Amino acid sequence: MDVLARTWTWLSTGANWSGEGGAWHRLGEHLYVSGVAMALACAIALPTALYLGHAGRGGALAVNLSNVGRAVPVFAVLALFMVTPLRSAGYVPTIIALVLFAVPPLLTNAYVGMREVDRAVVEAARGMGMSGRQLFVRVELPLAYPMVMTGLRSASVQVVATATIAAMVGQGGLGRIITAGFNTYDTPQVVAGALLVAVLALLVEAVLVAVDRLCSPLRKTV
Amino acid sequence: MAGRDCLVTNDWICGEYLRSRSQELIDATVQHVGITAAAVAIGLVVAFPLALLARSRPRFAGPVLGLTTVLYTIPSLAMFSLLLPFFGLSAALVVTGLVLYSLTILVRNMVAGLEAVPAEAREAARGMGYGPARLLWEVELPLALPALMAGLRIATVSTVALTTVGSIVGRGGLGNLIEDALPSFFKAQVLTASVLCVLLAVAADLLLLGVQRLLTPWTRIRAAGSRGAH
Repeated sequence: MDVLARTWTWLSTGANWSGEGGAWHRLGEHLYVSGVAMALACAIALPTALYLGHAGRGGALAVNLSNVGRAVPVFAVLALFMVTPLRSAGYVPTIIALVLFAVPPLLTNAYVGMREVDRAVVEAARGMGMSGRQLFVRVELPLAYPMVMTGLRSASVQVVATATIAAMVGQGGLGRIITAGFNTYDTPQVVAGALLVAVLALLVEAVLVAVDRLCSPLRKTV
Repeated sequence: MAGRDCLVTNDWICGEYLRSRSQELIDATVQHVGITAAAVAIGLVVAFPLALLARSRPRFAGPVLGLTTVLYTIPSLAMFSLLLPFFGLSAALVVTGLVLYSLTILVRNMVAGLEAVPAEAREAARGMGYGPARLLWEVELPLALPALMAGLRIATVSTVALTTVGSIVGRGGLGNLIEDALPSFFKAQVLTASVLCVLLAVAADLLLLGVQRLLTPWTRIRAAGSRGAH
């Protein structure tokens, strides 16, 4: 339990939070990298999945992609970038690796959500004379929303958690606090860094649950 | 001579690398497979009673599923670091971390699989005088097997990938080779180890798919029967 006490000392020491390698700077890097990666991943995955789901095509691709994605270690992807000239491109390698990591679950969840919309409801909407566009915006999208958000939430939490791995190849983010502690045999610092990332991941989950509730198109009727 | 050059020119694909470091590659792969297999096996043994507990005592279902979900949000690097004070730099540390990750997927799928067993099947078995243990082993588990195996396959594939992060404590199987190659920008080693890692995951997935087909012969008979009927 001595470790816990010394971890608390580390966390409550102002000097550990300020400066280039300080926790605030690392937290900023972590949020920046995760945020940009999630935004790009959503911009790629969601329109693709929603279109494929609406058109009812490419199902095998959408479902299998997440299986393939799971098999590719982020660490290996990052390492591959680090042995190319991309290594001197700042946050770019980390962001690309995280986008590749986040796209498969986003795509699969959004696609499955679209396909699981009750066919009878879709037929009824068509029978009422809705165009493809109206059907998509007024029927399919609201009904697929919970599944899309579930995918978004789990992908975000996983991205925040996985951004830590960037530190293993010398990139920025909260993981650097952990690896720096490792290299100097400073266990309290390692534990402090780990706690910071875990708390951040849980915070992101909580914020997204709240956003989900606020934005839900079904919230008035449920 | 041309073969030697590829190590000097640092090519992505290098036959000479494969030849001269084959023992290193085999050792890393064996460690990788060992850590993954141990983690998934222990994960199964731990997840099974947890799933049964969650099912038989609904009171525990929320906490059990909630706890395993929280475990999943802890970053792998952080998980391995948090376990460091307890295990030191050892393979047991990596295996424990991976077991904790596999629990989320395994428990969830086991509970879902057991819940999906048709109530009629359960009633029929009870009517035939099956006790709770025999009901579980001979009726519920076989019927829940497809869901269970699906969970096992996801857990195994993720574990193969996550094992690489174990290189932070020097026990990451193929991840060690990737980490060792980084300071010298040794392209052939990074690429070979990464490709081997993905191949391992695919091989494990196919192996488990084969096991599932062997364990559930009735699903094939049904599929063949319905094909014959058409």
